[in-house]
Amino acid sequence: MSKKTLFDKIWDTHVVKQIQDGPSVLYIDRHFIHEVTSPQAFKGLENRGLPVFRPGQVVATADHNVPTLHQELPIKEELSRLQVQTLKDNCAKFGIELYGLGHQYQGIVHVIGPELGVTQPGCTYVCGDSHTSTHGAFGSIAFGIGTSEVEMVLATQCLLQSKPKLMRISVDGQLGKGVTSKDIVLYILSQISASGATGYAVEFAGSAIRALSMEARMTICNMSIEMGARCGMIAPDETTFSYVKGRKFAPQGDDWDKKLAAWKQLFSDDDAVFDKEYNFKAEDIEPMITYGTNPGMGIGVTGHVPQLSEIDPRDKAAFEKSIHYMGLQAGENILGHPVDYVFIGSCTNSRIEDLRQVAAFVKGKQKAPSVTCWVVPGSKQVEAQAREEGIDKILEAAGFQLRQPGCSACLGMNEDKIPAGKYCISTSNRNFEGRQGPNARTMLASPLMAAAAAVTGKVCDVRELV
Amino acid sequence: MSKAINHINSTVVPLNLENVDTDQIIPARFLKATSREGFGENLFRDWRFENNDPAQPKKDFVLNNPIYAGKILVAAKNFGCGSSREHAAWAIKDYGFDVVVSSFFADIFKNNALNNFLVPVTVSEDFLQKIFTAVEKDPKTELAVSVEDQTIRILATGEQESFDINHYKKDCLLNGFDDIDYLLNMRDEITSYEKTRS
Repeated sequence: MSKKTLFDKIWDTHVVKQIQDGPSVLYIDRHFIHEVTSPQAFKGLENRGLPVFRPGQVVATADHNVPTLHQELPIKEELSRLQVQTLKDNCAKFGIELYGLGHQYQGIVHVIGPELGVTQPGCTYVCGDSHTSTHGAFGSIAFGIGTSEVEMVLATQCLLQSKPKLMRISVDGQLGKGVTSKDIVLYILSQISASGATGYAVEFAGSAIRALSMEARMTICNMSIEMGARCGMIAPDETTFSYVKGRKFAPQGDDWDKKLAAWKQLFSDDDAVFDKEYNFKAEDIEPMITYGTNPGMGIGVTGHVPQLSEIDPRDKAAFEKSIHYMGLQAGENILGHPVDYVFIGSCTNSRIEDLRQVAAFVKGKQKAPSVTCWVVPGSKQVEAQAREEGIDKILEAAGFQLRQPGCSACLGMNEDKIPAGKYCISTSNRNFEGRQGPNARTMLASPLMAAAAAVTGKVCDVRELV
Repeated sequence: MSKAINHINSTVVPLNLENVDTDQIIPARFLKATSREGFGENLFRDWRFENNDPAQPKKDFVLNNPIYAGKILVAAKNFGCGSSREHAAWAIKDYGFDVVVSSFFADIFKNNALNNFLVPVTVSEDFLQKIFTAVEKDPKTELAVSVEDQTIRILATGEQESFDINHYKKDCLLNGFDDIDYLLNMRDEITSYEKTRS
């Protein structure tokens, strides 16, 4: 009998060839590209005199290195301008559809793929960006690749990949008030560590995951890479199908019916075996916040930075380096810690539901005077929707700045950087040293927690405010 | 020049830190280039220099310690986690390393390293500690890495461990073959595969 996991079902139908004692030649259905990790790949094609093999299966946007103010003006910084222009030139030359600056579909690559209906169940997706795992929320295999691999996919629509081990993480039960999907994923990270899923493809399952919206599921799969996972995925269901239906690139008519029937077969069989399984209870999850310099260093908001005695002796040096960087003490309570910046954005949490949550919370309130608040929508479509719903007005009235779409302060590649030594509550995915700017101190949290910190000027328990 | 790589005997640079992410290896603000060259000068930029100033090396960072040099970087577990930026592998290779040793690597980094003929050698936690101890005792400690034999040896003590690498990838490293050459030769098969799916 079958005994296949969701991963197996998709992987097996995408293997063009299995190399003996080596990787598989894996077919890639859609390839997303952006300005930062593609120029050297195109140059490689040029050097070899090659065309793009399947230009119709490549989607391009500019997101990492774009300003989030005055996108209508030429980019000021010369290298950034050149990089964005290079993407434009390459797309024109190789016949690739580009949703570049100024286009109504421009945005963060992992936001626009799903919202345009490019992302569908049962497919394989890659992008030169580790957060490609986001697209796995639709029941697909999606993972980040390096630039040499970008070149391979441009040249052949295939990659050489070894099959990862399989892990299932189940979360059952009901989330408490003020607890969101971001808290689920930060909680899992705090339990299994930033390397707990390295070498594995992770399927997220359980009633708490099933109950989530598509956007909330994307947040979880997005951060599966922070556990080291090759990819994260969730079996598609009615929530998935109704999200995809009617979108620009979604199947239509008879094609929809045919695809839908196939998508309904995409689940792990009851008797399928995983190499590793974890089970968590939704009721155990508090609003989460990180105190350290990797996403596994998270605690419930009412918790404290671990005491030295709670740390494995082998991890002590790394722990001390980390909290020293953060300007925190071992054993310190995190509640009440002052906050200087609030960043709501990134491929993790910049979608319309995130903005709605923030707006609903801050409506009629004011940000604390000491806090700078940036809200960076994930795409032009999210931005337009926010304006249509009056979210822009609510945010502006509360003292938040609504900026234009891009990766922004998640990685501080453009001018959106957090100054040295300042604390930023960020809805993004990485709290690495210097990630948001040299010596910036990042605390990862949900959009709700970030909004609450913006209003109170400190780390607070959002459950007491909703 | 052939990219092929097989035997590497060298002193090492010890970086005894876990979870070294690719943002530390090469910060995002240096990813604006459109070529593959020159990333070595910004390797570990913010750990290496005060105030983002190459004229102010941080004395306590290992790359600035003249005692340590060599073609082999040794780091603690989960090396190369985070961003998929291949610039991290380019920076390490460009700086002059041919091998990175750790008790395990993040998946994307490992692929990027292999695609750049930077050999990621995964050793046991015990063996990793042995290397760190040996280098601490004598910074001139040499390691011998053989891709062909899949072994890594501490020359002074003779202690040795073997490491995994699949047959296909080993062949690529030993002969200077790129994955893309393999895939380009498969374009007809790929086209046939596409026809079976539509």
